Amino acid sequence: MSAKDTSSAGGEPVTFPQYLILNAHRFGNRPAMRHKDYGIWQSWTWSEVYDEIRAFSIGCGKLGIKAGDKVAIVGQNRPRLYWAFCAIQALGAVPVPVYADSVAEEMTYVLNHAEVAFAICQNQEQVDKIISMGSELKNLKQIIYDEQRGLGDYDPKKLHSIDQVQELGREVVASEGDEKWNKSVAKGKGDDLSVMLYTSGTTGRPKGVMLSFNNLVVSARNANAFDQLDESEEILAYLPLAWVGDHVFSYAQAFVAGYCVCCPESPETADEDRREIAPSYFFAPPRVFETMLTSITVRMEDAGKLKQAMFKYFMDHANDVGESILNGEHVGFWKNLKYRLGELFVYGPLKNRMGLTHTKVGYTAGEAIGPEIFRFYRSLGLNLKQLYGQTEASVYISAQPDGEIRADTVGTPSPDVEIEIAENGEVLYRSPGVFMGYYKNDKATKSTKTKKGWVHTGDAGFIDHEGHLRIIDRAKDVGKLADGSLFAPKYIENKLKFFPNIKEAVAFGDGRNMCCVFLNIDLTSVGNWAERNNISYASYQELAGHPEVYKMMEEHVAQVNRELAKEEMMAGSQVHRFLVLHKELDPDDGELTRTQKVRRSFISERYGKLIEALFDGSSEQYVETEVVFEDGRKGKISATVEIRDATVNPPAHAIKEAAE
Amino acid sequence: MNVQFSSSKISTDDGLSPGETILHVDNISLSFGGVKAIQDVSFDIKKGEVRAIIGPNGAGKTSMLNVINGFYHPQQGTITYRGEERRKMRTHIAAKQGIARTFQNIALFTGMSTLDNIMAGRITLQKRNLIWHALWHGPAQREELEHRAAVEQIIDFLELEHIRKTPVGRLPYGLKKRVELGRALAAEPALLLLDEPMAGMNLEEKEDMSRFILDVNNQFGTTIALIEHDMGVVMDLSDRVMVLDYGRKIGDGTPDEVRNNQNVIDAYLGVPHDE
Repeated sequence: MSAKDTSSAGGEPVTFPQYLILNAHRFGNRPAMRHKDYGIWQSWTWSEVYDEIRAFSIGCGKLGIKAGDKVAIVGQNRPRLYWAFCAIQALGAVPVPVYADSVAEEMTYVLNHAEVAFAICQNQEQVDKIISMGSELKNLKQIIYDEQRGLGDYDPKKLHSIDQVQELGREVVASEGDEKWNKSVAKGKGDDLSVMLYTSGTTGRPKGVMLSFNNLVVSARNANAFDQLDESEEILAYLPLAWVGDHVFSYAQAFVAGYCVCCPESPETADEDRREIAPSYFFAPPRVFETMLTSITVRMEDAGKLKQAMFKYFMDHANDVGESILNGEHVGFWKNLKYRLGELFVYGPLKNRMGLTHTKVGYTAGEAIGPEIFRFYRSLGLNLKQLYGQTEASVYISAQPDGEIRADTVGTPSPDVEIEIAENGEVLYRSPGVFMGYYKNDKATKSTKTKKGWVHTGDAGFIDHEGHLRIIDRAKDVGKLADGSLFAPKYIENKLKFFPNIKEAVAFGDGRNMCCVFLNIDLTSVGNWAERNNISYASYQELAGHPEVYKMMEEHVAQVNRELAKEEMMAGSQVHRFLVLHKELDPDDGELTRTQKVRRSFISERYGKLIEALFDGSSEQYVETEVVFEDGRKGKISATVEIRDATVNPPAHAIKEAAE
Repeated sequence: MNVQFSSSKISTDDGLSPGETILHVDNISLSFGGVKAIQDVSFDIKKGEVRAIIGPNGAGKTSMLNVINGFYHPQQGTITYRGEERRKMRTHIAAKQGIARTFQNIALFTGMSTLDNIMAGRITLQKRNLIWHALWHGPAQREELEHRAAVEQIIDFLELEHIRKTPVGRLPYGLKKRVELGRALAAEPALLLLDEPMAGMNLEEKEDMSRFILDVNNQFGTTIALIEHDMGVVMDLSDRVMVLDYGRKIGDGTPDEVRNNQNVIDAYLGVPHDE
């Protein structure tokens, strides 16, 4: 009956397996996937991918995966794991990608909560993790793996390689044909559950966000139209599979537009691989752009005099006119000519170095990006934009349209999205991408999604006079200091984090009489600075506590305070006292989420002593912290952390009043 | 087009079946002037096993490895390698016969990249001569491609992708050790000698290296003889352990047997020696 909906019957496809069939027809000879393996980019066309996925899917069916089953996908960006999504969906089963770097305990929770019956793993590491959970995984029947290495003498009864599974599938196709499979694909409907993505959860246990095919397909279609993306794009898939962003960019949008997704050789080589691929559509969290800029700055400092002078000369010019040229404004003949020369000598080679030569559109999201960093990339002629999104929205809530780009907004509502600001300042939205609900958690669903379909983002923000959305902070984090002035921790933290030397900052102050912060130094940047200034150190801890480093941090904090003093709303929450943490905040210790966001409540519990010391005026505090090593073992590190007072400025508006 | 490397598997097959003796050392004695480095030691290495040689400093472990790969020539005793007795042996012949090794203090070509270093390990397998390779085109190029494919397998296996083109001199110690293992593996050895593969490593690096050694043994079926000071590692990795002390063999057997051997305990924990 609904078979008419499918591509083979001429209708518009509504599921990804249906798109696969369509793509095999319309883009059969175009590349669909690349993977650098054994030092060479291997590639597959859409018709080859179709073949692989069909065999994989039918094989999975033979192994017992059936409609409604939940199947975990654990690993890094590998072609066969992306194929697994489609292979599973073709059977009516539901893929549940899991963060590959989760420790066994986190993974156990997700796999049990999702009632996962099968798991598709990348390699021995992930298989071991799952086997180590043993009987705790009540529903798990079989494990399928991609890379054979090290798995030779494991019990083959519960363990199958993807090759074997595909072989099973190919045998079936050879003997019975693929009609049964085609029927199962055709049965897929738009409002079926497509995928379950567990949110990293800045608070509490992760929740399983259920997205339907409609959610993803419509969002992907809109996004492709918004930036004119078509089958000619090439992107690099290097972000975690379990993250909605990667699922939408590297899977949903790729299937809908038919573009090519490239998988890096290993996570460590992603930068090099990006240079070789030169993606035309690129997404990265601000952190990636920061790291790239830091490494360029560091390398420029090592360059010869001539190169340094050239870099400075043309970068100054780019700062001057680059953004205007990108926005299509006229800057005059000579300036334009000079910019073109700059492109030849500096901007072009720089972009090539970063692998952004062919980038048509670049996006950053997830966190605020430093205005300097944002401007740097845009002045090079790179169309970098910001977007605001959530797992619950199938990513897109708002995005910056071409030509209306500013560092401090996240753009106008995306196509088909309505945005409203609640009375308490919280941002609400309604769109076709709005999720079906949280899996087995109606309470959370009800409190997030209203009856009329509005979703609470949990972020506080406002629409500015040009119709752009601006986000201040998490709504529940916005608080007040004891004197009643507004306290938006993330706002302050971001200002601090814009310094390359500061990797992470955590601000405290809600209900207190002043604002104080924890700082984490950036080892690359501060380490380099130390090398240059003949400061020797043996460990992260020693460097973090070094008096010179403290002096540098003091200057950074003072500058942030000067900026805060200028803003009427924020002047009250200038940083009064700060300390530099003796260890790096780490997701393995539960201090950050897997997407590198600070888990505030957890940190305030863990470092309670330090927080008290910040507010009671002591100048140092001894602290012992438990740390978890990669293999799950635990250890302790202890340190005496110094606490310093920062320079606080009188608010600018107060000065004005006094002068009057 | 997809280039598939699966056809060119690294192989260390030498016609022996697992469990057969690959190397037999009989009553070896080696001395340098008055120093008796090895005194009357006999032992064997069986195909497919991980064989450890342990002992306190100066016990003659490295000398023993050097005897096996033909660098030192023992004054007495015989060595039987794959059924053939040999007395005088040159190292390059040992290499050709399938004995590869790594060194206690890394001996890589520091100016060359990881890739080139591992390629260097293929040299004993090269069929064309220098002139062909200087001419480069034709058969030599085809051969080079084959070697490169094999090397890429090793790079993949040892997870060295991110440093493929990095000069080895710039690498941290732990990675250098891994590159050295890669170079030894590139020769597709039947017998792989590892001289303190984990010396100077931190815990995490040791774990990685142990995993690689086991995987090499497992996947390629390579017979491995290793010297190591970290007892935990030795006991976990090895099938059989031989213990040397002052050039003499004082124990030989499974890790458990050796652990409970009184002579060994004395040598390690220090019973007053009569010197």
